[in-house]
Amino acid sequence: MAEVKLFRTWSSPFALRIVWALKLKDVPYDTIFEDLANKSSLLLQFNPVHKKVPVLVHNGKSVAESFVILEYIEETWKHNPLLPEDPYDRATARFWAKFGEEKVLLSIWEAFNSEGKEQEECIVKAKENLKYLEEELKGKKFFGGERIGFADIALGWLADYEGVFEEVASMKLIAEDEFPLLSEWKRTFADAPIIKENWPPRDKLVIKFQAIREASLLKKLGN
Amino acid sequence: MSGETVELLGHWASPSALRVKWTLKLKEIEYEYVEEDLANKSPLHLEYNPVHKKIPVLVHGGKPLAESLVILEYLDETWKRNPILPDDPYERAQARFWARFVDDKCAPSILSAFTKKGEEKEKAGKEARENLKILESGLGKKQFFGGESIGFVDIAAGWIGLWARMVEEIADVNIIDTETMPLLDAWFRRVLQVPILKECLPPQDRLLEHNKGFYKNLTGGSS
Repeated sequence: MAEVKLFRTWSSPFALRIVWALKLKDVPYDTIFEDLANKSSLLLQFNPVHKKVPVLVHNGKSVAESFVILEYIEETWKHNPLLPEDPYDRATARFWAKFGEEKVLLSIWEAFNSEGKEQEECIVKAKENLKYLEEELKGKKFFGGERIGFADIALGWLADYEGVFEEVASMKLIAEDEFPLLSEWKRTFADAPIIKENWPPRDKLVIKFQAIREASLLKKLGN
Repeated sequence: MSGETVELLGHWASPSALRVKWTLKLKEIEYEYVEEDLANKSPLHLEYNPVHKKIPVLVHGGKPLAESLVILEYLDETWKRNPILPDDPYERAQARFWARFVDDKCAPSILSAFTKKGEEKEKAGKEARENLKILESGLGKKQFFGGESIGFVDIAAGWIGLWARMVEEIADVNIIDTETMPLLDAWFRRVLQVPILKECLPPQDRLLEHNKGFYKNLTGGSS
């Protein structure tokens, strides 16, 4: 019988993408929660290169890197496709997923880990990136169109984690008047079936990211 | 659909553009090449890649696509001749994993080794060698990453064989260690001898001068 295991942590937004994809496609799986301060030998065996979560293990064979895993899931379980059929639309979805990771996430994370003047400058950059997402949402309910797709899953952290970052770092990025479409998408996505049942507890996330920010700022002072 | 015109906006010294050229050649796709002067981006370029303002950009039937690995997947899905990704989802996942590893780990560490000085340069060189050693584990004893013939990862990583040696010469730092990575070293030589790939390579003396100039501007010259 086909056996699927997902190595994750309770808080990783990257692993959460895989939870969403598996559940949206009705794929039964077992969860193995990892403590990244104390990685299991299984995790190291299944992801020797990066030693990180998420890792998907299917019939004993492991796949690492969340976007790679998403594509694998898409190709292995055809139910409820996450990518459209047309190659150009597929490429567009992949482009926005990549953009979300390399530009949006990075710039927001930089703003999160800074303060004062530096943070102001990071916020400007982050908003420039967010503008492209706002533009892309024109006339659409989700990045995937009428239904949640690959890009929505890749960007999904914006619908919950980003709010936590804003709160912890005392900054405002996605304001209703500046980003009406993105704000609406956040609500729609966060509240969608399956998505809404799987957010990690917000209060725990706040505590966790508060600690991360404090450590980052301290490290910066030390330099 | 595949009867519509294909244009590639590129730069002769860009490894990312080279990946796309290789794929177009391999799949015998007729295309028009447009050389972009990166110091003076054409209005066409800015129109086609407003988000990143970078090359390569593939334009198919007037519709633009950016990001070399996204473009490669698009080409593979649209033109079925000489596939660069295997059929099996697990094998495809492995290919995607290693291509991302080249971009996320190998490329930045090679660039660091090129642009840093003194102790930082040595540290970056060490990291670059470690990353290439890990990349070698994806190759194993195969002729090519794609098996008997070249595939996605060969196309994604092949540029390193040329560019890394230039970095070594210009910046006086070791990147490809013949002793510790004999299989990868042999693959570098083998892959750049594949006729289709070889004939697309930029003229090496011109490339060396170009990168030397780049180095001078970045570092002020001395290593």
